[in-house]
Amino acid sequence: MSILIDRNTKVMTQGITGKTGQFHTRMCREYANGKSCFVAGVNPKKPGESYEGIPISATVKEAKERTGATASVIYVPPPFAAAAIDEAVEAGLDLVICITEGIPVRDMIRTRYRMQGKKTLLVGPNCPGVITPDEIKIGIMPGHIHKKGPIGVVSRSGTLTYEAVGQLAELGLGQSSCVGIGGDPVNGLKHIDVLRLFNDDAETEAVIMVGEIGGSDEETAARWVKRNMRKPVVGFIAGVTAPPGKRMGHAGAIISGGRGTAQEKLAVMEECGIRITRNPAEMGRLLKSVLK
Amino acid sequence: MDLEEAEGKRVLAEAGIAVPPGELCADAEAAAAAAERLGPCAIKAQVPAGKRGKAGGVRLVDNVADARAAAEAILGMEIAGHRVSRVLVEKRADIAQELYVAVLNDVESRAPLILFSATGGMDIEDNPEALIRIPVDIMQGVERKQIFSRVQDDDVSDVLARLYDIYARTDAELVEINPLARLRGGGLLALDCKLTIDDAALYRQPGLAGRGAREKLSALEERGRELGLKYIELPGDIGVLANGAGLTMTTMDVIEHYGGAPANFLEIGGEAYTKATAALELVLANPRVKSLIVNFCGAFARTDVMAEGVVRAWETLQPTLPVFFSVHGTGEEEAVRLIRERLELEPFDRMEDAVRAAVAAAR
Repeated sequence: MSILIDRNTKVMTQGITGKTGQFHTRMCREYANGKSCFVAGVNPKKPGESYEGIPISATVKEAKERTGATASVIYVPPPFAAAAIDEAVEAGLDLVICITEGIPVRDMIRTRYRMQGKKTLLVGPNCPGVITPDEIKIGIMPGHIHKKGPIGVVSRSGTLTYEAVGQLAELGLGQSSCVGIGGDPVNGLKHIDVLRLFNDDAETEAVIMVGEIGGSDEETAARWVKRNMRKPVVGFIAGVTAPPGKRMGHAGAIISGGRGTAQEKLAVMEECGIRITRNPAEMGRLLKSVLK
Repeated sequence: MDLEEAEGKRVLAEAGIAVPPGELCADAEAAAAAAERLGPCAIKAQVPAGKRGKAGGVRLVDNVADARAAAEAILGMEIAGHRVSRVLVEKRADIAQELYVAVLNDVESRAPLILFSATGGMDIEDNPEALIRIPVDIMQGVERKQIFSRVQDDDVSDVLARLYDIYARTDAELVEINPLARLRGGGLLALDCKLTIDDAALYRQPGLAGRGAREKLSALEERGRELGLKYIELPGDIGVLANGAGLTMTTMDVIEHYGGAPANFLEIGGEAYTKATAALELVLANPRVKSLIVNFCGAFARTDVMAEGVVRAWETLQPTLPVFFSVHGTGEEEAVRLIRERLELEPFDRMEDAVRAAVAAAR
């Protein structure tokens, strides 16, 4: 078991003809079962062409009908990325993973509005993607550092996810799935949504949750954990030393009005029974200590 | 991107919201001349920061001599780290009541939000319960009568509808008028304006892109911006070069955890990972830096390309300070080989150990 994706997931790449889309589609195909997972590409101007044997369709709908793909990954440039999400939602895909960074907030507000009542799950934007080790990776994370195992990882920061995974590997702990939810303020799945999925996943025994300053998603998730989570969760928040009000690269990571600080998030998480560490180098060891 | 008050008011005026007559002045003489034309006026520091009044950056004057003196006092003042180089000289209004109005992207509800308070002014933050919140359907927009049903005031509804149009048209994260003055003679007048545009949307706001307030940047930060790098100078003595905002913030957190202090934030994530050479030069240009931690964890960013950039810069600059590497992810083997062979250094397996070494070396 795993969450969101497994070896049988069929994926299309939106933006497959761009440099980034091509490079990462190739990397994803080379990972585990990738060859049979990545089955389609979309570019409205290049239908009928192909990339390394992957057929390109003009629209998501066509690609879905032609190949049976139910998930998509988006590398489309920021001005067009929200529309790419909309198209995938409209076509009724199960899962859309948007890697693109720098989508205007208003575009994402509109897209989230259009998603109401639709079945599509969105991961990102501005995220590294999702990986189920030894089965499939959809996104830009380095595949080789992951291995299969019982730990779920959910994170707002890409690089910190890799750091957590690296520490787990050092302790011999693999992952069920790792989900990068992205650093943008208006996005798809939040910590709480991914924790729910891990809670219901038979293979996942414990979860590492990596947050960031800004917003209140970590606090919301922590309160849910207190009431509902049957598995241990350990947490870390990046940005304890970030100067207030300075933008540190993620639009979501802005401290405002004393809310959303790392200290406040850590305090709420601890109150709710999440074991926290203030030293990110300890994430792996802390998790190991809570395993039954 | 923030607009200064005077620029923000131009946007308000273009949208049909009344603002006081005023002139932007760079010296006390110009301010005095403006006051002569305008009569009793307010002299207001132009900096992209709030609480200017509380900082002494706003003065009310009745005559030309006072206007000159006030401008002299305010120009050159430092407010929230910004040096005041211009003042707005504005005709004073006869105020009966101070209101508060704003429209913003509300991240919690993932929707635009209109705010109104009948008690605006300097202490708005102390009266959160007086705030009326009107969530807006982003597809439908908002109609005047819908606003009226909540605020029960024709003039305010009109201003809020126009403010919503500005918000929607300019890709604003926030547009705020505080105070919005109700005049004794009737009518409303915007006495201040805060307008923040979503940086990600600037590409489609060509008319506004060049009108933003200059951020307060140190010389090094200015250089970072010219190089297209997000560099923030910090008071510590340990230089930080990492990729990705999360990893960079975390590296800073670990430095503090072990009793050190970072000298900078510098992100070379995304496409910027190819700029490692320029980035290292920038970090080393800070004279306070006593040791350096290089922490790469690559996925999209290739650690071998970043390491190559760092090694090349190191060979060119030949700095004498101690440097500690931790490298993981895409291209790791090649990156480690480069660092070993060309710098004769051994990267640390764990970031924690590299940081501890850098903290110890800076002492």
